[in-house]
Amino acid sequence: MIVNGVSIDDTFAEAFGMRGTRVLITAQNHRWARIAAASMTGFATSVIACGVEAGIECELEPHETPDGRPGVSVLLFAMGSGVLTKQLETRMGQCILTCPTTAAFSGIDDGYPEITRIPLSKNLRFFGDGFQISKQFNGRRYWRVPVMDGEFLCEETTGMIRAVGGGNFLILAESQPQALAACEAAIVAMQKVPNVIMPFPGGVVRSGSKVGSRYKTLTASTNDAFCPTLKGITASELSPEIESVMEIVIDGLTTDDINRAMRAGILAACELGAANGIRRISAGNYGGKLGQFHFKLREIMA
Amino acid sequence: MSALTFTLKAEPQQRVDCSPLTPDRLAGKSAAEIAAIELHSGNRRLRVDRLFDIGGQDAGRIVFNNGNEKLDFIGAHLQGGSITVHGDVGAYLGFQARQADITVVGNAGAYAASGLGGGMIRIDGNAGDFLAAAIPGERRGMKGGVVIVTGDAGDRAGDQMRRGIVLIEGNAGAYCASRMLAGTIGVLGSVGDYVGYGMRRGTLLLFHNPKLHATLQDCGSHTLPFLSLMFKSFRGLPTRFAEISQNRVRRHAGDLANDGKGEILVFS
Repeated sequence: MIVNGVSIDDTFAEAFGMRGTRVLITAQNHRWARIAAASMTGFATSVIACGVEAGIECELEPHETPDGRPGVSVLLFAMGSGVLTKQLETRMGQCILTCPTTAAFSGIDDGYPEITRIPLSKNLRFFGDGFQISKQFNGRRYWRVPVMDGEFLCEETTGMIRAVGGGNFLILAESQPQALAACEAAIVAMQKVPNVIMPFPGGVVRSGSKVGSRYKTLTASTNDAFCPTLKGITASELSPEIESVMEIVIDGLTTDDINRAMRAGILAACELGAANGIRRISAGNYGGKLGQFHFKLREIMA
Repeated sequence: MSALTFTLKAEPQQRVDCSPLTPDRLAGKSAAEIAAIELHSGNRRLRVDRLFDIGGQDAGRIVFNNGNEKLDFIGAHLQGGSITVHGDVGAYLGFQARQADITVVGNAGAYAASGLGGGMIRIDGNAGDFLAAAIPGERRGMKGGVVIVTGDAGDRAGDQMRRGIVLIEGNAGAYCASRMLAGTIGVLGSVGDYVGYGMRRGTLLLFHNPKLHATLQDCGSHTLPFLSLMFKSFRGLPTRFAEISQNRVRRHAGDLANDGKGEILVFS
């Protein structure tokens, strides 16, 4: 399969079942909503060491938010509900409660078969030291916590659902700048897709990993088959003209969301085409035994 | 099917307990069975057909015509269905109703919406004393739902109210929000003396400066984000509160003689 001179590998991305949640953060303006969201989703690239994978899904206009202020939608994913709950709580407490003018609301209320409510301000409210006030409107409970800039308003819980993490594809290019340019184009296209985040820095990861290592204590190590500088000394996946490989990892609320995002991203990368040094699209997997979900590139692009 | 209609023939001599005439208690009953129900009135029992002309069949929607201030307990313990009253009603309208859908085009007596648990009661007229309050011996008044009064409310509106929203478009009498436990009361008009007396928690929204007693303390003017959310939740309600969109208030907290976690928010 070849799109605009870019060959699409007959392979698949291997993804895992995760737990996902969404939080809507509003503030005085978009600038401060973005600051709060960036802070909350900082150091959240991979569950391996960060606990959660998180990112900004999109910006929200005032008419789209519960309190009519500019906002940002944030998605968080973790391998289990316990970790997600804990991470949400600490990140809410340290990044949203602390950020001037912010308020936070539930981002998942219906539309999914199984929604579990997890605390948003349910425990955070105790920061109010007895001065916190509960208010219920339309059957939903909100907490008003007095803080130094006024009042921190936050919904009591948000919804958590079974989600999918680890969808991915690799862009193989003739040079590092060309690989990055293709990734940037792909990320711009994928950011328009709802219900997904690309958790790595700028959405792009350069250190794709394989399972295992020659060192006993490491469970994952560099994906040498895709490292261009090792072409001659490992069982390389790379042909001579490939000089740089970058990966885009996608977490989404459903498999359909990841399908849509992968298609949008791959199309955008292929649009640059062979003329701009983009040669091949591949995907990362572990032989298909570890993850429940397989995203076959050629089916997605069909 | 047309709504089940009770048209009062003449003003009863004694007060009448209308609590058996609710959709859930009349469901599946024939016209003859409904007519034979006996209502307590003073020390006597009166058949329904002696007091009312009965029409219609749909017990899910009940209409009272020629309402009268002696008809007590209309919609008491209601769990579903709707009740509409044309004319006045007596005391205990919607008393401890779990899921109310009650409209009164007329005035209501004392203890309207007392112990209300959910749903909506709209009084297109005035409400008597102890609106949404707890009856003596009970420790909590209204526990949920929405009450709209387009006219005035009497004294002690929201006494020991625990949860829910009471919106009074006219004036409220003395001791408004007294001993309030939680919830929200809004008054577009004026309030009488000793507003928030013994108020423990809860929010009272006022649009005119009230006379405050010493244990309610001024906390200054603020822009409170939850007010936008609250007024947004009022949007669909059949009340003038639905058109309000303000979040700048003067905040008074109290009653400090009783925990002091309540608040009186005065819009400027």
